[in-house]
Amino acid sequence: MPLHIVVCAGIVPDPLQTLEPITGPNGPALKNEMMLPGVLDPWAASALYEAANLVAKNPGSKLWLVSLGPKAKLQQVMMTIAQKVSFELVAVDSPSGGFADAQATAVALADAISAIPGLDRTRLLLFGGWESASRGAGVTLQIIGERLGITDQFMGVDQVEVREDGSFEVLERVEGGKHQVSACEGAPAVLGWATGNLPEPRNNPQIGMANMRTVLPALQKARQVSLAEAGLEYLSAGLPSQQRQTRVVKDMAPEAIALELAQWIGAE
Amino acid sequence: MSRFEDTAGSSTPDIERAIIEADIACVGFGPAMGGFLTTLNRAWIENPADPMFESKVAPGLPLQVICYERADDMAAGVSGVVTTARGIRASFPDLNAADIPMAAPVKSERILYLLDPIGASRRPLALRVGDRLLRGLSAHLGVRDYAYELPWAPEFLHKTGGLVMSIGQFNQWVSAQIMASGLVQIWPAMPVSQPLFAENSDRTGDQVVGIRLADQGVDKHGESQNGFVAGMDVRASLTVVGDGPFGAIGRVIDERMGMPSGHDKREWALGMKFVIGLPAETTLEAGTVWHTFGYPEPEIFGFLYVHPERLASVGIFVPSWLSDPSRTVYRYLQHFIQHPALWRHLKSGTLRSWGAKSLDESGQHGEPFLVGDGYARIGEGSGSTNMLAGSGVDEAWSTGVQLAESVIELLRSRRGFTKENLAETYQKRRRASWVERNARSAMNARNGFHLGFIPGLIGMALAGMTGGTVSLGAKIPPAHKQIKKRRIESRKELKRREAAMVAVEDGRSLHDAMMSARGWPEIEFDGKLLVSQQDALLMGGKVQAMPGYADHVIFRDAGLCIHCDDKTCIAMCSGQALTLASEGIPVFEREKCVHCGACLWNCGRTTAEGLTNIEFRAGAGGLHSAEN
Repeated sequence: MPLHIVVCAGIVPDPLQTLEPITGPNGPALKNEMMLPGVLDPWAASALYEAANLVAKNPGSKLWLVSLGPKAKLQQVMMTIAQKVSFELVAVDSPSGGFADAQATAVALADAISAIPGLDRTRLLLFGGWESASRGAGVTLQIIGERLGITDQFMGVDQVEVREDGSFEVLERVEGGKHQVSACEGAPAVLGWATGNLPEPRNNPQIGMANMRTVLPALQKARQVSLAEAGLEYLSAGLPSQQRQTRVVKDMAPEAIALELAQWIGAE
Repeated sequence: MSRFEDTAGSSTPDIERAIIEADIACVGFGPAMGGFLTTLNRAWIENPADPMFESKVAPGLPLQVICYERADDMAAGVSGVVTTARGIRASFPDLNAADIPMAAPVKSERILYLLDPIGASRRPLALRVGDRLLRGLSAHLGVRDYAYELPWAPEFLHKTGGLVMSIGQFNQWVSAQIMASGLVQIWPAMPVSQPLFAENSDRTGDQVVGIRLADQGVDKHGESQNGFVAGMDVRASLTVVGDGPFGAIGRVIDERMGMPSGHDKREWALGMKFVIGLPAETTLEAGTVWHTFGYPEPEIFGFLYVHPERLASVGIFVPSWLSDPSRTVYRYLQHFIQHPALWRHLKSGTLRSWGAKSLDESGQHGEPFLVGDGYARIGEGSGSTNMLAGSGVDEAWSTGVQLAESVIELLRSRRGFTKENLAETYQKRRRASWVERNARSAMNARNGFHLGFIPGLIGMALAGMTGGTVSLGAKIPPAHKQIKKRRIESRKELKRREAAMVAVEDGRSLHDAMMSARGWPEIEFDGKLLVSQQDALLMGGKVQAMPGYADHVIFRDAGLCIHCDDKTCIAMCSGQALTLASEGIPVFEREKCVHCGACLWNCGRTTAEGLTNIEFRAGAGGLHSAEN
């Protein structure tokens, strides 16, 4: 059954960079964020790869990538992402950075999705990341779904099996390293992806060049939105802490390394 | 799909490959390609309807210009510089440094001769005598913190009116402007494996007709695996080669075409630097530039450039003519930043990122054939670097601009990209330019360093003050012959060697242990600025290598490695991606390689064919640092 999949994916600073929280004029921010290389949020990128796989399996399906961020950053990131899978870009130009308000972000994205020409809401699967590598309130995707009137929502998704009649089975992550299996009658639905099961696709220059036919025009006509939310007050914002303990050890047996790691994790 | 077989050194000639037809294919995005694409792009924007910009491969559309870059991002893994920015400012007359992150106008310049506060430096007798004089007269000469500031610096060393920049940020800034127009596509994370030559049975043509992208979905040996994707062929009437001093395309072309008579790439240096967050109370202003020499070894030149927002690039250059095989650059850099003159400002700072890159120090001696049928060379790999001033970015940019102007001239006159036409335009422009004049006056400036440190300084001064008319002559051996074999006949050296071997048994690398045995104090890690090399790999960007690509560092003959005592490749490996296996063969880990290229010129063994035993191919990944 043909699907209409919309993937919401944010641009975040490459999580490999040294991220330093600061307090900016509009609340918490990341130091020099615009200087750092941007990437498609890795969790949302998993959603994109899974979506492309579903589109390939279901002839007649369509895939849109909706992304909100500074246009220059969007352009930069698209040069990498566009080589991997085919999609149509819907760009929303916003000077967002730091820790943008989830409600304001969701409103802008839902508006952008509503304006997609030819989008059939009865076939709509709204994809996104369950989490964010660099920041995330954990609610943006759900709010977008609510604003679009989609009540079937699944989070922490690792697998979706779409049946011929359009219904599908979803594996969601739950506590204890297990999956919860749910069945859904079909679209519309919101799926917030965990890592999924697919590897990052190879870079394919032909896909990149084909995508460019729509990516560049989409960037040029990207609607500008402001996420400034009057009265919003941030109590705190944090980054995942990093710990590193380096030791050079020669000829250590793998079992001994595993044992030491297990003990170290247990002690944390 | 199509079959295209006449490729240079192709390991997989019979694979069906997809083909893209373009007008101009570009390899490598650095300052040179930035200059080329900026100039070409602007000309198109001024008059997009001009018929000369119509594509030959896609009639009705503008020129199809595609650029491929190996790094995962335009901003990834390049270096901080100070540049006169003469060519860059010519392209951007209204340039405001504040528009480019980490850029600042040069505010002050100092040249410091650094004395050795430790006593471990390998200093010749004459230098030791000079050092003693300086120490004795320190109060009169203003020697402070073991550093003597030269009261006067020759004009050729000055960067007055220039910029301190992060090349990563500059590349990002330039590429965003280029791509915004839509004429040019710049694709990162896409290594180019080889040039494509026109089919010719008797090898009389040697016309470059495009490039081949690297295969994906292969194992470390290049064997296809699940998900194999054959690298695509991009055919173009002009291939612009700007892949740097050791890029795969440039080297394959050099191997096929040879070098102009008397030219060779024999002199190299590895530049390694830290980007340091300066302490809040720093007195160093953005735009501050220090050049240093004399420490940690006399042959090692150093620098400190201060960016806005309390960031500084601090680094050293270790040249091929540092004959000692223990060229453990990371360790030397840690000693450098702890020199009292620098440590006064850097102590309490934070290491934000780290990077390394090989520099082609042959200057014009290493200039290849600049043009050929269907291709042109620009940037550092084309021998544009001025070795006297230690300046390469602005020169590279300018060569790109010159090529773009020439391409526009050829398009306008409807002439093809033949060797003759490119020579009449690009090569002629370049020969008439300040880039050429400066490169010529600098080409023998560093010869003296092959005779010793002091003759080297004298040679530089002579060349600089006479515009290159007077310089010292020297026979410069190939890079691998510049590595002196260890002499362990003396009792002192034997003792050092024994001490080092004990340390090696304890898990240390030989060269690191040799430095300790020679008297260099151990580095006291503080976890903030002084960290282990492995930790530095994880700071401020980290190293990434996308799976599915073959190893790009290849040991041609393992037997030669087994019998190599020095293993300088391991000492010089910036990312510790080369380690020693128990059989005596270096092991390469692609996931730790920062693509600095140092192993290429630090291999001390040659094959029967006269090739160094390490081959450096096109590869993916590298450093993900944007503050470099």
